[in-house]
Amino acid sequence: MSGFLEIKDSCTGCGICVKTCPVQALSINDNKRAVVSDACTLCSICVDSCPFQSLAVHHSFGGNEEQLAKYSGILVLCEMRNGSPDRSTYELLGEARKLSAGEKEVSALLIAADPSDAPEKLIHAGADRVIVAEHSSFEHFSTEPWSSVLTHVITEYMPEIVLAAATTTGRDVMPRVSKILDTGLTADCTDLKIDADSGMLMQTRPAFGGNIMATIVCDRTRPQMSTVRPGVMKPMEIDTSRTGEVINLQVTDEMTKNRSKVLEFVPSAGDEVDITEAEIVISGGRGMKNPENFSILHDLAHLLGGTVGASRAAVDNGWIEYPRQVGQTGKTVQPKTYLAVGISGAVQHRVGMQSSDTIYAVNKDRDANIFQFCTEGFVGDLFEIIPALVKEIEKRRG
Amino acid sequence: MNYMLNEDLQAIKEICIEIGEKHILPIRAELDEENKFPREIMNIMAQSDLFTIYIPEEYGGTGMGSMALAVATEELSRYCGGVAVSYAANALGAMPILLMGSEEQKKKYLPQLASGEKLCAFALTEPEAGSDAGGVKTRAIKDGDHYILNGTKQWITNGGEAQIYTVIALTDPERGARGASAFIVEEGTPGFNYGKKENKMGIRASATRELIFEDCRIPAENLISREGFGFMVAMKTLDNSRPGVAAQAVGIAQGALDEALKYSNERKQFGVKINSFQGLQFMLADMGTQIEAARALTYTAAGLIDSGAKNFNKVSAMAKVFASDVAMKVTTDAVQILGGYGYMKEYPVEKMMRDAKITQIYEGTNQIQRSVIAKAMIKEAHRK
Amino acid sequence: MKFVVAVKQVPDTAEVRIDPERGTLIRDGVPSIMNPFDTYALEEAMKWRDELGGVVTVITMGPPQAESVLKEAISMGADDAILISDRAFAGADTWATSHTLAAAVAELGDVDAVFFGKQAIDGDTAQTGPSVAASLDWPQITFVGKVRELNKDSIIAERYVETGMQVVQTELPVVLTILKDANVPRVPSLRGKMKSRKVQIPVWKLSDLGLTEAETGLNGSPTKVVVTATPEARTGGQIHEGSTEELVSRLADLLLGEGGEA
Repeated sequence: MSGFLEIKDSCTGCGICVKTCPVQALSINDNKRAVVSDACTLCSICVDSCPFQSLAVHHSFGGNEEQLAKYSGILVLCEMRNGSPDRSTYELLGEARKLSAGEKEVSALLIAADPSDAPEKLIHAGADRVIVAEHSSFEHFSTEPWSSVLTHVITEYMPEIVLAAATTTGRDVMPRVSKILDTGLTADCTDLKIDADSGMLMQTRPAFGGNIMATIVCDRTRPQMSTVRPGVMKPMEIDTSRTGEVINLQVTDEMTKNRSKVLEFVPSAGDEVDITEAEIVISGGRGMKNPENFSILHDLAHLLGGTVGASRAAVDNGWIEYPRQVGQTGKTVQPKTYLAVGISGAVQHRVGMQSSDTIYAVNKDRDANIFQFCTEGFVGDLFEIIPALVKEIEKRRG
Repeated sequence: MNYMLNEDLQAIKEICIEIGEKHILPIRAELDEENKFPREIMNIMAQSDLFTIYIPEEYGGTGMGSMALAVATEELSRYCGGVAVSYAANALGAMPILLMGSEEQKKKYLPQLASGEKLCAFALTEPEAGSDAGGVKTRAIKDGDHYILNGTKQWITNGGEAQIYTVIALTDPERGARGASAFIVEEGTPGFNYGKKENKMGIRASATRELIFEDCRIPAENLISREGFGFMVAMKTLDNSRPGVAAQAVGIAQGALDEALKYSNERKQFGVKINSFQGLQFMLADMGTQIEAARALTYTAAGLIDSGAKNFNKVSAMAKVFASDVAMKVTTDAVQILGGYGYMKEYPVEKMMRDAKITQIYEGTNQIQRSVIAKAMIKEAHRK
Repeated sequence: MKFVVAVKQVPDTAEVRIDPERGTLIRDGVPSIMNPFDTYALEEAMKWRDELGGVVTVITMGPPQAESVLKEAISMGADDAILISDRAFAGADTWATSHTLAAAVAELGDVDAVFFGKQAIDGDTAQTGPSVAASLDWPQITFVGKVRELNKDSIIAERYVETGMQVVQTELPVVLTILKDANVPRVPSLRGKMKSRKVQIPVWKLSDLGLTEAETGLNGSPTKVVVTATPEARTGGQIHEGSTEELVSRLADLLLGEGGEA
């Protein structure tokens, strides 16, 4: 590993770091000082644990500078939904523009059976160049052709950064391509930055159920690949005056070769919920007790023009369907108003909703975690408060 | 308390906890409300080998005995007394075959019961034969190499759900109890039908049903042991199964105490948690102490049976009486601790209170059991 | 059929707490469990084994104590297990992990399908399955909510995506990642638990897989964690305790915009 863990003279040999080390790399020697073995991965967990600030991690980014320098620009893998670029694609382009800081070229790769006016839209949303792979067999996403096209484009255009949404598409094809190209991939990033000194992409993502944020680099290989959590990055303002280059890729037999076949695509029912689009989300948790009780939340959501979300506990208990789940293993939402009802506010829920503009919480337990980070909290029985609230709102509206 | 359960018993306990948490807890209120037999849970128990534990290895079981059965029944009862009795009733039904069945009968029936492919039930009680098992009226008349059964059995746990029934019927009415014999009757035998399903106060997940025999011909080889041994088969069966009822009672009581501990740590009145009130603390202390005493007595009785002891009917009756009385008291107190909420169906303790009541009644009422205990003690004293 | 299930031992993230004063993870007393998503992968493999015959082999890469999740898998009904454990594997990212797991699958030989859980709850990457498929150059079906058909040559599975469901057919051998919609994992059996107590689980080391230190563990990982931090805490605002009427009135004000109608 490039880098080392520094143990400063202020170390007292208290042993706290020994307990926190996930790889048992630390021990206390006879002189009552921490010592580190080769097993150290420079994960930095011990640094935070030290009560005396005696530990520090020093990284030295290495690699074949010359080889790495051949890569430039940012490539975004686009996704289509109902014939237009998906919202997550606009978010990626917005983020790519931000990372480019006017210096790096932003390319968009569009794989589609019918690109229609999408290339133009992608340019208006921030792409300098759109590479279009058009083929009649590209109607539905399929692993192998997507992986072949993306691998080909990366090899040919040599981008230093490749971004895809952390959707079922991005999370299917990106790991495959990163393994084929023998480069690193960071999943489900919620923050990306270019390090001013090294020029490397600093990829930040939640881990351990959202309990920690890890920042990850890909220091020896290129491209640096990331999937980005939908709903976190901001698209740029659509600028119809923007211009760019559209390149039609020669789709070869190699690229359309596929051992798999999509036999059928069944779209979700018309009343499909997309909690990420709602301005008001009213979520129920363990405190809802059963599926029937969710009707009071639906009543309230209906009145306010919002939608109903849920915590993992409610979904795991089968009280409400998975697409409504907010949190680490569900969706990330950032509505104007988030109302948490009967939700304790465990960290895995919090990571999915903490960027909401305002958070209100109703919970009967005064000590619930949710009260530590909500905008305003209400201690009481949800089964009294919510029905009364519905009546009150109806009354005020006459 | 640590009873130093060995690894096998610990494994049984873990399996029951997992079944309880994942498969019983989410639906127990629904099973109770709808009087619904937990068929799916029985299948899960079968897949987890829970029906093997009271059946010897040579017949497809794991041969772990009464203690293992008590541990399983107790743990399942913490989640639902009705589900637990539906499980334990299988052991009760298999007991006549296990204790007194012929080698052929064991080979034929026990492997199907061990795998859970078939469920089992024991049929003794009749409209006029409750605590007085001598009041049995069902007749079995020998006809060549068959017996012809006529009569009605009542309140049979797993009735209508089991495929194999062990039935007590009179072969010689003149001799009263000494004229009773035990038979194996399979579901689907012509002349064997189910009567009404009972609507009970508690253990509502379990099926309790009438069995009706009208000129029901069964092969003579389905006689267990010999003619005239039926009453003895029944008494031995019940002596062996009483620790199971005791374990059920301990489990129900433990479930109620767990709820009371949880609730009293959350509920606040006058600005403090209610478990900080001494009056309530004393209730919790008594509940816990009584449960531990009942558990100790139950494990002692089960351990005694597993040790191969001959005379265990006194201890087995003591365990049943004590544990069931504890269950009734503890569940009643749990409802009291939860107060108004405890009385509501949204909380599980009122169900536990209803479930507990039957343990004082079935498999020999507590009054009959006290007679059994007293008689056994008097007999012992005079033998000295 | 020869099925492999790749499982991971993870800390139960639902039990992980943050020290409010120091802002660090409290790991003491956090139980290690089988990644919950992997139980659905295991059940799916066992379900098809029960139907088609064959064996289910469970593999995990991890420290020696990861043996416990393999034993748990055996208690649930897996036929055998292999622990892939070597100091050289420590600190692996998803590239190095999948590289190592793929080598183990190749070493097992004649495998018809490798089942993964959708993702692991500690890393939440969902990358290892597709990367193993890439290493082996096998087709993959990710986010499988239901396996409709499976036989010696092909599979038809439902893949749940954001906008609906794809029915995908592909050839074997294949890598699958399984969602929890697919099944209800079975409870361990008593015989399984008895077997798991006695079973000796083979340990495969670096040399057994024909790999080098350069392509495994930290050395073989293109990505590195450089900083870890606890998420920024949002501080709590005003907490209202009072009568239902008071609470409802305030909440209605807020939801409708101050002072009534929005």
